Amino acid sequence: MAGAKNHPYHILPPSIWPFMGSFSAMAMAVGGVMWMHDYAFGGYVFFAGLLAVLFTMFSWWVDVIREAHAGDHTPIVQLHLRYGMILFIASEVMFFVAWFWAWFNASLFPSAVESIGGVWPPHGMKVMDPFGLPLLNTLILLCSGTTVTWAHHALIHGDRDGLKKGLWATIGLGLLFSSIQAYEYWHAPFGFSENIYTSAFFMATGFHGFHVLVGTIFLIVCLIRAYKGHFTARQHFGFEAAAWYWHFVDVVWLFLFICIYVWGGWGAEIH
Amino acid sequence: MTDTTANASHFHAHDAHDAHHDADHKPSFFARWFMSTNHKDIGTLYLIFAIIAGIIGGTISGIMRAELAAPGLQILPNWAGGSVDQAAYLWNVLITAHGLIMVFFMVMPAMIGGFGNWFVPIMIGAPDMAFPRMNNISFWLIVPAFLLLLGSAFVPGGLGNGAGIGWTAYAPLSTSGSSGPAVDLAIFSLHLAGASSILGAINFITTIFNMRAPGMTLHKMPLFVWSVLVTAFLLLLSLPVLAGAITMLLTDRNFGTHFFDASGGGDPILYQHLFWFFGHPEVYIMILPGFGMISHIVATFSRKPVFGYLGMAYAMVAIGVIGFVVWAHHMFTVGMDVNTKMYFTAATMVIAVPTGIKIFSWIATMWGGSISFQTPMMWAIGFIFMFTVGGVTGVVLANGGIDNNVHDTYYVVAHFHYVLSLGAVFALFAAWYYWFPKMFGKMYSEVLGQLHFWIFFIGVNIMFFPMHFLGMQGMQRRVPDYTDAYAEWNHVASLGYVIMAIGLIPFFINIFYSLLAGRRAEGNPWGEGATTLEWTLSSPPPFHQFETLPKID
Repeated sequence: MAGAKNHPYHILPPSIWPFMGSFSAMAMAVGGVMWMHDYAFGGYVFFAGLLAVLFTMFSWWVDVIREAHAGDHTPIVQLHLRYGMILFIASEVMFFVAWFWAWFNASLFPSAVESIGGVWPPHGMKVMDPFGLPLLNTLILLCSGTTVTWAHHALIHGDRDGLKKGLWATIGLGLLFSSIQAYEYWHAPFGFSENIYTSAFFMATGFHGFHVLVGTIFLIVCLIRAYKGHFTARQHFGFEAAAWYWHFVDVVWLFLFICIYVWGGWGAEIH
Repeated sequence: MTDTTANASHFHAHDAHDAHHDADHKPSFFARWFMSTNHKDIGTLYLIFAIIAGIIGGTISGIMRAELAAPGLQILPNWAGGSVDQAAYLWNVLITAHGLIMVFFMVMPAMIGGFGNWFVPIMIGAPDMAFPRMNNISFWLIVPAFLLLLGSAFVPGGLGNGAGIGWTAYAPLSTSGSSGPAVDLAIFSLHLAGASSILGAINFITTIFNMRAPGMTLHKMPLFVWSVLVTAFLLLLSLPVLAGAITMLLTDRNFGTHFFDASGGGDPILYQHLFWFFGHPEVYIMILPGFGMISHIVATFSRKPVFGYLGMAYAMVAIGVIGFVVWAHHMFTVGMDVNTKMYFTAATMVIAVPTGIKIFSWIATMWGGSISFQTPMMWAIGFIFMFTVGGVTGVVLANGGIDNNVHDTYYVVAHFHYVLSLGAVFALFAAWYYWFPKMFGKMYSEVLGQLHFWIFFIGVNIMFFPMHFLGMQGMQRRVPDYTDAYAEWNHVASLGYVIMAIGLIPFFINIFYSLLAGRRAEGNPWGEGATTLEWTLSSPPPFHQFETLPKID
């Protein structure tokens, strides 16, 4: 059995990042608990952990990119990465299932308690106009789905200029979406913790917003890599993963828009 | 589904870059055990972790059985400053810790992380997992997760220190009922353990779909690999829902949301739905890899191929799929309407069909075989017997009407310990003895192994069988005290614990004896019945096996 490796798989040298990442996450968790319960220095511990987690993620991915350039990502290893990303997105979908479940549980069977009044949206609540900023945001995200596809096609056809333009446009639209979402939160006719409507509304759209930010950062990394000349027409999985993630975030938004903004607010007074 | 057509044409010219990966070149101690990218080393780490967690979780059950040995409070008040309320709270902390440790930190790491990591790549003829570095973070994330859970015992939870919320963490006990930081630590512990398992699931699915040796189609894949594949899908799709649910607990507790708070229009029952949408697949996550192991062991020691291979594989797939649509049978008493109960009763009973296929196929595998009753086979037969007992009480409990009477009694406790402590754990011990020679290159002591099996088998049955009677008589679970009427069988059950604990002594002696003085194990110590790829390698296998991929006919 001894001898040189005679297969297309990626056998890796030892790495400290998994160990570091795990204990950084632990620091984040402990700091988070301390912070929530007003222990001294809780926030500091949390942010120290967060920084360590971010540093670990950065260093880990630097290694991955280095290995890609060293030729370790054979066609079969690239296939592994594709499976990995698709499965990760599948698990993310199930995460959002939990929040939609909470939303439908509350809206299909509205509670009879006084604060809800057995109706949905809760009795006397003012909601956002779905056909104002939320519709605009829907169009922005849909548009960004086309610009990221533009970037992809440009990349496949060896048009690096088109790739950069498409990515710039996508990132710009993503940032515009996040800004409008922030504006909307700021001017919302209800607060975070008023009742189950507001809780489920802010947590579901908030987790989506967080995913938009992550997706935007992912695309920014791709843009930087594009300027460094990293991608080739044949091998550019980092870009594809970012595009898949972006489409996933887009689809989640469509469900949020239909189920929460339009259907979930139907019949209530518009703010 | 691409099979890996690994041959020279795929091979890229970067040998120089990888030249240090000789088959048996091992990294230094720290790099090998803290920075590992080797599936066998990571599997060993998982097994060591699971044994440590098992000792802690098992010690906690010893305290529980000591407390329950006689009516009245025996020992808990001594640790709770004499206060009965504090003692009762401590009881809640103990049962929570016991459940969470055994599920998340013993059974799952041992089955999937330990044996799955060790043998899935080898059985499909692969040199390692698809993502060897990510494999290591799956392991290392459960260490902080475990530390967070253990640490929670030392900070305030509700009435006293620790998280006394049950392993299910039902609201409102876990929200307004226990406002201390211990519960938040337990929640974050589950977040980390969940992330670990999701990453592991992604790794296993990718590995099994893409790294099978040339010629190994899905329908030629060993049943243990099938079992881990199905398990990985259950993990991937159910754990994120738990993550959502416990995140709602977290925000309800700390940020004023109302998901499970009725006064704000929320619904405590929502938590139960979300939890059991995860929780029911979770019980199959704990048993399916055991099904795979038992298939291998029964076939090996009967010297016959497993009966009905494809039926066995698709029975596991069916159990996995149906396992997602039966969750509310855990909640029959929350006040659901009769039609919902009927659906969940019927759907639950359907699972008995593929499970029955497996039991009968194991028996049919033994039928007419040349059976050798060595230690792994004893554990496997013990598994089949006791899992069947647990399965039969499961069919009883599936009935919404009957469950109204025995819900939250010791009948349920007896049921799930028969399928887990006597099912999953017996599968783990079977696998341990079956693969011990392969993993460590040394034969275990057959005498100590048999002793371990018989004492443990007698002990656990004396411990758990009387719980059926107690439950039928109405004894409530999760309460540290009981009326005198239940004294006799509780006393018997506690004696059973002592016998079981004595049974573990030969297990630990066997580990040390075998590693230090055991006979050297051959590549295949079990003879012609052992046909999977791990038996074609040396014992232990080289640091990197299959540098040239095997071809499967």
